Amino acid sequence: MSETKYTAADYKAGQPRWCPGCGDHAFLNSFHKALAEIGVPPHQIAVISGIGCSSRLPYYMNTYGMHTIHGRAAAIATGAKVANPAITIWQISGDGDGLAIGGNHFIHAIRRNVDINIVLLNNRIYGLTKGQYSPTSARGFVSKSSPYGTVEDPFRPAELCFGARGRFFARCAAVDGGPSVEVLKAAARHKGTSVVEVLQNCVIFNDGTHNAIAKKEDREKNAIYLEHGKPMLFGPNKEFGLMQEGFGLKVVKLGENGITEKDILIHDAHCEDHTLQLKLALMEGPDFPIALGVIRDVEAPTYDEAVKAQIEEVSAKKKYHTFAELLDTNDTWEVK
Amino acid sequence: MAEDMKVKELDDVVVRFSGDSGDGMQLAGNMFSNISATEGNDISTFPDYPADIRAPQGSLTGVSGFQVHIGSGKVYTPGDKCDVLVAMNPAALKTQYKFCKSQSVIIIDTDSFTKRDLEKAQFQLENPFSELGIKNEVVEAAITSMCKECLKDSGLDNKTILRTKNMFALGLVCWLFHRDITVGEKLLREKFAKKPEIAEANIKVLHAGYGFGENTHASVSISYTVPSKEQKIPGRYMDINGNKATAYGLMAAAEKAGLELYLGSYPITPATDILHELAKHKSLGVKTVQCEDEIAGCASAVGASFAGALAATTTSGPGICLKSEAMNLAVITELPLVIIDVQRGGPSTGLPTKSEQTDLLQVLYGRNGESPMPVIAASSPTDCFDAAYTACKIALEHMTPVVLLTDAYIANGSAAWRLPNLNEYPAINPPYVTPDMAGKWTPFLRNPETGVRYWAKPGTEGFMHRIGGLEKSNETGAISTEPENHHLMTKLRAEKIAKIADCIPPLEIEGNPDADLLIVGFGGTYGHLHSAMDTLNAQGKKAALAHFRFINPLPKNTAEVLRRYKKIVVAEQNMGQLAGYLRMKVEGIHLHQFNQVKGQPFVVQELVEAFTKIMEE
Repeated sequence: MSETKYTAADYKAGQPRWCPGCGDHAFLNSFHKALAEIGVPPHQIAVISGIGCSSRLPYYMNTYGMHTIHGRAAAIATGAKVANPAITIWQISGDGDGLAIGGNHFIHAIRRNVDINIVLLNNRIYGLTKGQYSPTSARGFVSKSSPYGTVEDPFRPAELCFGARGRFFARCAAVDGGPSVEVLKAAARHKGTSVVEVLQNCVIFNDGTHNAIAKKEDREKNAIYLEHGKPMLFGPNKEFGLMQEGFGLKVVKLGENGITEKDILIHDAHCEDHTLQLKLALMEGPDFPIALGVIRDVEAPTYDEAVKAQIEEVSAKKKYHTFAELLDTNDTWEVK
Repeated sequence: MAEDMKVKELDDVVVRFSGDSGDGMQLAGNMFSNISATEGNDISTFPDYPADIRAPQGSLTGVSGFQVHIGSGKVYTPGDKCDVLVAMNPAALKTQYKFCKSQSVIIIDTDSFTKRDLEKAQFQLENPFSELGIKNEVVEAAITSMCKECLKDSGLDNKTILRTKNMFALGLVCWLFHRDITVGEKLLREKFAKKPEIAEANIKVLHAGYGFGENTHASVSISYTVPSKEQKIPGRYMDINGNKATAYGLMAAAEKAGLELYLGSYPITPATDILHELAKHKSLGVKTVQCEDEIAGCASAVGASFAGALAATTTSGPGICLKSEAMNLAVITELPLVIIDVQRGGPSTGLPTKSEQTDLLQVLYGRNGESPMPVIAASSPTDCFDAAYTACKIALEHMTPVVLLTDAYIANGSAAWRLPNLNEYPAINPPYVTPDMAGKWTPFLRNPETGVRYWAKPGTEGFMHRIGGLEKSNETGAISTEPENHHLMTKLRAEKIAKIADCIPPLEIEGNPDADLLIVGFGGTYGHLHSAMDTLNAQGKKAALAHFRFINPLPKNTAEVLRRYKKIVVAEQNMGQLAGYLRMKVEGIHLHQFNQVKGQPFVVQELVEAFTKIMEE
């Protein structure tokens, strides 16, 4: 980290051209703020995106940036990080970009644990192509390409991430500035692939898709902010909590049936076993609150560091380090 | 032709080792080639292996061959047909006999010619030689039982003992050519350095094979000696195949450019050995990532290039299909990238282990939009080094993706290679931004002479910028859909590639400059076309060869050369892709075509006949 103090303005460039009211605007503000607080100098950051509305984001960053091709951001980010580990990399993808056309790169980046931060802006729709269902659209979702409703189940990003052995998963709502900044800072602090799912509204083609958590009062009722080491309480007056029941979770009200705060689960984001973390990540209404915050944050060796370490280890053992020395390792004969 | 061959036999010899894919024929062939090279012969080899890893033992589909051509002077090809065929079983005899000349000597392991072995190879008669109509001299050696006898006190198990059969055959062949087997001993001790008992067993069997020849005077009518004529450039030499030479070229270029080498790749025959080779050399700082798919192989290389490495991706035709989108991203972002296409038989999965030149138009034009990309082709196993080096130099200095075409034949074939001295290779100077540009620089500001933009690596203060796959405004790089700008950018990208012609050598004419027939080719067919030209000229005809390394852009003198000759034949292992391309680029030329798509190298004799016919027309 640099000694220099940065402000959000140091990371800003260009004039965003998203639709008025698009969740991307709110996220971009949080992102600028988070970067300023993290303090990595703009020239040491690369923002790499795929294709889609949200993937325009690098153009609004005063950092290095690359707006690439549909679905490939994770692969491009992987190459960039391995080649230049000193650079902090943020990957910006949407639900179509990251989970449909780019699904393979998404899971493999996570599996390798490349030290990149993947921001998945999930609006459950293809916006840039004007309104087709996405791999996160609910079964039965009516769109231009599914006029009678989809007949397929969606991906749940957390499930893919955990299934690919993800070590960091967090969630925030684009409109929820403060917690978004905190989640992004936690993602930056985590070494390895960090996945941040940003629940984001598409005001044109899928307005209201995240209505349950769109407003502060909705979030108080329908969301739970998870914090490592803190009891899992939610509700306008923190009157509800989560308890384990059998293999699952249940929502309880403090004071009812003799339940007190000490009966409530304490969040452990650092637990290696992701079973409970996955259950938290998959909670949804109306019976359960939607989990926000850092759900999983577990240390593991990163790919780019392992690549570097292996090079150093092998270099120390081998006697050849230049091309001329490499040639000498071969069987040769002399022609005079 | 037989008359000519007899003369040639004094100067060069072709040996083909064949057997089950588990019989170790590749090793025997490689060792014979190395031993001969050490004695000063020029060498050219060609492995011809099946697509199956282990087909049923003794079956026709499981036959693996390895052809070695050794010569006292320069040899250009692994040879059309062999002078000696080693056939370790009936299936090998049946499938490989077609590579024999009438006077070829055939060596067989009689222990592997039982009734059951013959059935596996689908012979109908008890005598496979009469069934195939073979009248050649046959050296019958009970190789299996002699190996067992030789190693009966070694304490090795039967399976291990049987694995030494290839060394018996090699010993016998070495005796036939008066080769010095102490070189073979050295090679075996190195190969089995960690298993000295295996090394010694193999050495013992190698000697047994040699001794068998000596003691029985294995009945052969022609005694082969291939003396070395001192006509090679002095220096240290090694045996190298095309894939290894390609890997070496990439590492050499990275060192010369002062950059880290990054390879993003995905396993695919016949290109994977480049990945294998580079993965070994971490002590040179090489980073290899075996990606989740071909797309990621190329895409991650684009990312590595953006981040400031010398980035490459290796593949074959089916992989190019998948990489083309990321290749195009490198075109529009104007980032250096080397894409290596080791061509194999197509379309689709096609013939994975066989060789073709059928990807030329794919790499030239197989992308959406106007997408100019330099394409260069390597002409031989050893030339893969120079070609890979040149591809890197062009990519880095002109900020562009470059395709290097090789093929299965030169990738797996090997030849003697003089160790290069990197000091003699041209410098590689990428157009980095310089501190004085800060504040004035924009991502698509170009060098007015070359049309090349400048490279600002992430991490450099004051040069933060955004690039991407969308059309951008000239100089500033801001997204632009302006009609005039798009037309201008399309032209600027094309001109940048066209200007590379200023930096490449002119097309060279070999052979008779006043030729009645100009033979034209590209890539891995060089050796065969050169041999065909030599044969024609030796017959008193007038032939010349113009072989293209640079296909896009073409050398500046291309039109002038092609207009100079009345008769031109374009010979290529596809249905006429280079011929069609040349007709488009050089108006008004008439080209004859010789096209063959068999997955096998050209046969020089067939070329000579076809070219003679064209000359007589």
